[in-house]
Formats: sequence, structure tokens, C-alpha cells
Amino acid sequence: MSDADKPQPDEKPVQPEPESGTDTVTEEAPQETTEDAAKDDSRSRSVLREIASGDALSGVLAVFLAVFVGSVMIAATDEGVRETLGYVTARPSDFFSAVWEAISGAYSAMFRGAIFNYNLTEPAQQWRPLTETLKFAGPLILGGLGVGIAFRAALFNIGGRGQMLIAGGAAGLVGSQVSLPAGIHLVVAILVGMAAGALWGGIAGLLKARTGAHEVIVTIMLNYVAFYLLFYALAEDFLFKTPASNNPKSLPMKETAILPKVLGDKFNLHLGFVLALIAVGVVWWLLSRSTLGYRIRAVGENPHAARASGINVGRTYTTVMLIAGSLLGLAGVNQVLGTVSSGVSLDLDASIGFDAITVALLGRSRPLGILAAGLLFGFLKAGGFTMQSSENISVDLVLVVQSLIVLFLAAPPLVRAIFRLPAQEAK
Amino acid sequence: MSTVTNPTPADQGGLAPDPAVTPTKAAGAKKLPIIFGVMAALLAIVLLRSAHEGDTTFQLSAETDFVTLPDITVPSMLTAWLMVLVCVAVAGESVRRLLAHVRQPAWLPIVFALAWMTGFLSWAAADGRIRVVSLFAGAVALAIPLVFGALGGVLGERAGVVNIAIEGQLLFGAFAAAITASLTGSSLAGLVAAMVAGALIALILGLFAITYFVDQVIVGVVLNVLVVGLTNFLFRQVLTPNADTLNSPERMRAFPIPVLGDIPLIGPILFRQTPLVYLLYIVVALVAYALYRTRWGLRVRAVGEHPKAADTVGIRVNRTRYRTILLAGAIAGLGGAYFSLVSVAGFNREMTGGAGYIALAAVIFGKWDPIRATLAALLFGFASNLQGVLSAIGSPVPSQFMLMLPYLVTIFAVAGLVGRSRPPAADGVPYKQQ
Repeated sequence: MSDADKPQPDEKPVQPEPESGTDTVTEEAPQETTEDAAKDDSRSRSVLREIASGDALSGVLAVFLAVFVGSVMIAATDEGVRETLGYVTARPSDFFSAVWEAISGAYSAMFRGAIFNYNLTEPAQQWRPLTETLKFAGPLILGGLGVGIAFRAALFNIGGRGQMLIAGGAAGLVGSQVSLPAGIHLVVAILVGMAAGALWGGIAGLLKARTGAHEVIVTIMLNYVAFYLLFYALAEDFLFKTPASNNPKSLPMKETAILPKVLGDKFNLHLGFVLALIAVGVVWWLLSRSTLGYRIRAVGENPHAARASGINVGRTYTTVMLIAGSLLGLAGVNQVLGTVSSGVSLDLDASIGFDAITVALLGRSRPLGILAAGLLFGFLKAGGFTMQSSENISVDLVLVVQSLIVLFLAAPPLVRAIFRLPAQEAK
Repeated sequence: MSTVTNPTPADQGGLAPDPAVTPTKAAGAKKLPIIFGVMAALLAIVLLRSAHEGDTTFQLSAETDFVTLPDITVPSMLTAWLMVLVCVAVAGESVRRLLAHVRQPAWLPIVFALAWMTGFLSWAAADGRIRVVSLFAGAVALAIPLVFGALGGVLGERAGVVNIAIEGQLLFGAFAAAITASLTGSSLAGLVAAMVAGALIALILGLFAITYFVDQVIVGVVLNVLVVGLTNFLFRQVLTPNADTLNSPERMRAFPIPVLGDIPLIGPILFRQTPLVYLLYIVVALVAYALYRTRWGLRVRAVGEHPKAADTVGIRVNRTRYRTILLAGAIAGLGGAYFSLVSVAGFNREMTGGAGYIALAAVIFGKWDPIRATLAALLFGFASNLQGVLSAIGSPVPSQFMLMLPYLVTIFAVAGLVGRSRPPAADGVPYKQQ
């Protein structure tokens, strides 16, 4: 790496750079800007900091704004609303009742699909939607933890999709092709999946640590490499393609490798959600009670200071990406061995890899925050499917609302400007 | 305390290699002979492991050509082995130059790549024919969205704004182009709408990234999700019920240029394409010229490399950045029109299929330079077209590995194994005047 590759200190632009000793130049860079360091740092990684310290009001308003935009989209694309719009000046009441019907219909369908179905009579069936919400929340929480723990080390892990695909593929290989006694089989499949996810995440961490390659680019590219690797594995007979089938899909998982149902066979909720809860606890302990967590947070706050105080920054990057990969891997395992145990397919990630980013952002990269955000997005997902089937409103609306929440949340000044709140300056 | 602050990129989450970790030393010149050697050995191993006896026909011109070139038929294995020899010779020359400390000229990799490709194709297509013209013409067509996207990416990043949202701009461009072209019945209006759509995404990116200092990578990722959600939602709720009026644009036809299109070999490849391709040539030339030869380009680069210095000499940093990314968004949006007006007629869910990320890869592999990024995008287009051709003639190379290639190459590029890629110094760093 030549000297030109490094950002030059501002204060002495004309001074020629030393030819050798690249190390010293890197170390000088932060010192040159010490005057501004405190100020710069408070502005740096602005979104992470803003989300970590933004007040609760901004969060509530962000969710409110996003839901409002979603409501407008529902109303604008509703047949009844468009019909009544034609004579809105003649009979505005028709128009408003049509709008109300469209929006309230959508949200009550969401409620029925995600919390409590009041149209049924049997209590167990009435509460079934709530277990569906938990089922969807499980992998979102796991994925959110995977992205969130990387955020804490100031790493942006966009590779959730690839890590899930590789992990799901590996766990599916064990689950469908290997025969082991009950109990052991499940544990082995889960561990193999997590190890595969960790490996895939670790590549990005290792490349960052050894070559400085930016993890955003590497993880994006690894997503596609993972996709085509899994595609290849599912299309070849000698790996795990279903015999005599043209679809890239594996055989279903064996009984011994399927995550058991937690609340009996009436409900789809499986052990994956319990694993997610355990993972929340483990990550919380790791981040706030362990030495490794301290290192991760130190590197995330200021890598230069962390290195000056004797922390191996590169090794921390690699370790945190290994952990992140194993968490997202567990999310992939959760899909393959739990939610969709009929066989590994190319869409096993079900866009959770990207949803996890929004979960982590909304949860402010804190384990408990991620738990709450995961439950909220699980609610949106479960409700979205019911909304689509009963009100014929595309489930993709959930994606829009989700991304709007994160966008508004990332820019509190914008939300303040919209609601004409006084600007909040110094913290 | 200075009046303006310009922190180091790595502190700000830009895409520069992180100075907090010490990169291992990368030797530039040594890598070329190594790559040559490995590639030549790879081809030799493939030839040894499975011999394909027979003849391979290289068809150099289409039947309708004004001047028809004769087909070239060669014995498959003999040609392949000859090409291995050529590759070894080039590798040897490269080693000699390395030992003599002489510069490695540009023709070495070009000759190597041509020989390698010819050898590989004559092996893969034994007892078949390779339509050279359609192989390359198809590559150019497939590369259209990649080149437009990559140019948009290069412009934005040169001005210091990381654009992960290329994918979103392509998708929204495709969406807007399909609707507008269906409503107006004019492809031209569709192209304009695609540009506006791309610029609109860029405006949102700018609002959050430039005005509100939100991390640009996060905004980009979230914008991609937003556009996917929005277009999927509208496709299902609005486009599908009214497909006849809203989603049935006329497909753009190829428009051969009179004289240029009759040049043997080159004509059918470059000048019998859709008007969008001709527009592409103009845009590439304009961007490359403007970025390096005009005052505007100098300002854009200054703002991306050292915004503080640019500010001191009176360049309005954020205004320049806004203008540049709006232009970049319009260019990327134009690429989106390829999907819904050229490739097929009409919009479909998530029809860009990750092309925006390949375009991003081309930006990095092309080292943030418009011409190199264009070449990288063409290379990636070639890889994906070659995959189609090979799977049609039943090649033994799994198509998944061909499709994986652009992404792998990019990982190698950012890791410094194939020439180090260095982004503009202030790429991804918001600028706040104080």
C-alpha cells in the first residue's frame, strides 16, 4: 500500500510524505486532527450515534410518519376511494368513508393476522396469530443481533443474506442427507449451520483486518457468491438436489433434525424463537459484561484510541464478524430447520438478511432494543400476509413502512422540521 | 481550530480502506505473471482432464451482412493447446520483464486474455459453432444497465457521495419508463421519465446524506429496500389490474446505423443496437471528457477529494455534490429503462435482479474512472452473456460459477489482490461548513 492510499492530514498538505514506514503515517493521521477529534467524533458515524442517542419522541414520530405514508398508499390505491374521488366535491362524505374503510380494513386485518383473531371462537385459534408474530420475529431478532453487534464495532454487515444462505445450506445438508440419532442430529445441524455462517461473515472481517478492504463492498459481493454457490449445490446431483426434479431444491429435512414445536402441533411456533431469546441474553452479556464486548465497543467508538490502548483492532474485526455471521447463520438455520422444513431453496432467507439491517437500526444496536424491533417487524410481517389475503393489499407495503421508519429515524432533524418541533442542539 | 473540519474518511464510514488496520504490503508488478501462470495452468488442467475431439467453427458474421467473412473451422484440441502455448509465452515474457525490471505493457494482458478465451471457447464448443458477433453484441446489450449504473456511481463517488442506491435507481427508472412509455406511446418519453425517476432517488439520497449527514451507506441500502417495496406494491395494486394501459410499452427496436453498421465484425457488434446503446456511447464520452477536461469536472473531483480545500477557493461543496448526484441519478435511471423497454417490454417485480450491485462492483473494479468502469461493466456483461452462450451449447462449466465471477473479481480487487482500488479521499464523508 502506498502513501497515496491514505487520507492525508489536513494541517500540512504540502509537506512531502516519508517514503517508508507506512505504519507511522497511519498512526499520525489521528494525531494531526486532535484539535478537531472530539468534534469530529461526535459527528462521525452520525447515524449510529443519532440512533443511539435520539430521543424517544423522534422514534415515535418516525413510526407515526411511516404509518401515515403507508395509509396514504393504501387509500390512494383502493378501488372504492378512487371511485368516490370522482365526485368528491359533490359528496365528500362518501370519499372520507371510503378512505376510512380502506385504511381501517387494512389495519384491522393486520391486527387479526398478527395478534388476536376476533372472528374466531375457539380461544386457542384466536390467539394463534400472536404465535405467528413470534415465529416471524425469531429470525428477525437473530439477524438484527448479527447486524447490530457488527454495528457496535462500527462495521456495516450487509452480508446477512449470504450468511443466511450459506448457513441454511450447510444446516440443510446435514438435516436432509445425514442420519444421526434424534437430539444429536438437531444439535449437529444447528452447529454446522452456525459455523458456516460464521465462516462467511469471518471472510469479510478477515479481509478488513488484513487488507483494509471495506466490509460493505465485500459483504455485498459475498451475498451473490453465496447465492450462486447454493444455487450450484442445489442444482447438482452429487450435493443435494432432489433426484428427478428440475427445481433447485433439496429433499425435506429428516424428522430428527427439525426444530420441535414449542406450543404443541396446533401452533407453528418452534424452538427457533426460544433460541432467539437465548441469543438476546448471550449478546447482552457479551456486549456489556465481557472483555470481548468491551473491546468491540472500544473499537467501534474509536479504533485509533483502541489500538493505542493495546487492543488488536484487526483481530476484533475478525472476531465480531465471526459472531455476527454465526448469529445470522442461526437465523438461516431457523428458517431451514424450523419455519420451512420442506427443503432448502434459494429463497430461504426470505429477505430477512436485509430486514435485519432495519431491525438493528430501529433497535439502536442494543440487544433489548433489537428484541423489541424484531417483535414489531414480526408483527408487521405476520399482519402483512393476512392483509394481503383478506384485504388484497400487497404485503410489500410492509417493506415500504419498514424502510421509511428507518429513514425518518436516521434523520431526527428532518422529523423535527416536519412537525415544526424546536431544533435540539447540544446534547 | 479551523473553520471547517475534514475528518479522515475511515472515521466517517466512507469506503476507503481503514487506516486503523495495517494493510499487508501489496506488490503491484509481481501479480501479473502469477495471474498469467495460474490461468494458463488452469486451462491446461481443464484440457488434460477432459479432451474434446472434434472441430470448432467460429462464425465471424451474421447471414445478413453486407460483407460476409468466411467461417473459420479449426480442430478443437489442437487450437486449444496452441493457445495454451501462447498463454505460456505471454506469461514467460511477463516474467522476463519482471526480472529485468521493465514495465509490463498493456498489450500483455490483452493478448493473454484473447488467447485464453479463444482456447477455452474452442475446447468448450467442440463440434459446435461460436457466433462471435452475437457473443459480443449480446455482451454489449447486457452491459447497458451496468455501464449506465457504473457511470452514475463513478460521478457520485467522485463528488464524495457513496451511492449504494444504484440498484434502486435502476429499478425505479425501469418502473417509470414502463409506465410513461405505455401512457404516451413514446419510448423517448419513457427514457426521460427514467432519468427523472433516477434523479428523484438521488434527491432523496442527497437530502439525507448531504443535508442531514446520515450515513450514506445506510441511506443507500434503505433506499433500495424502499424502492423494491414501493414498486412491488404499485405493481400488484395498480399495474397488474391495468396492465393494458399502464404496463404495455412498445419494445425499443434495433436501429442499424447506415454505414457504420456495415463494417465487418465491428458493425454488427457496436452499430446494430437499440438507440439506448448509441446514447450510451455519447454519455460515456461526455462523462469521461467532462470529468477530466472541464472546469466542472475539476470542481467535482476537488469536492470529492478534498472538500475543505475546494471550499476555501470558493467552490460551494454541497451544491456541487447535489448537482452531481442528480446528474448521476439521471444517468443511472436511464440504465433502468433497458429492463422495461429493451430487454422485455413492460415492468416486472424486482426485474433488475441485482444489476445495481454489479454496477457498483464495476465502479470499484474500474477504480472510480469512467472509462475503466465502462470497460469493467462491459467485461461483466461479457461474462454473463458468455454464460448464456455456454449453457446453450452444453458447456461443462457450471453456469453459476460464470455468474459468480464479477462478484469474486470485485472482492479480489478491494482486497488488493488484483491491483488496489482506491476511492476518492472524501468518498462517503458528509461535509459540514462551520
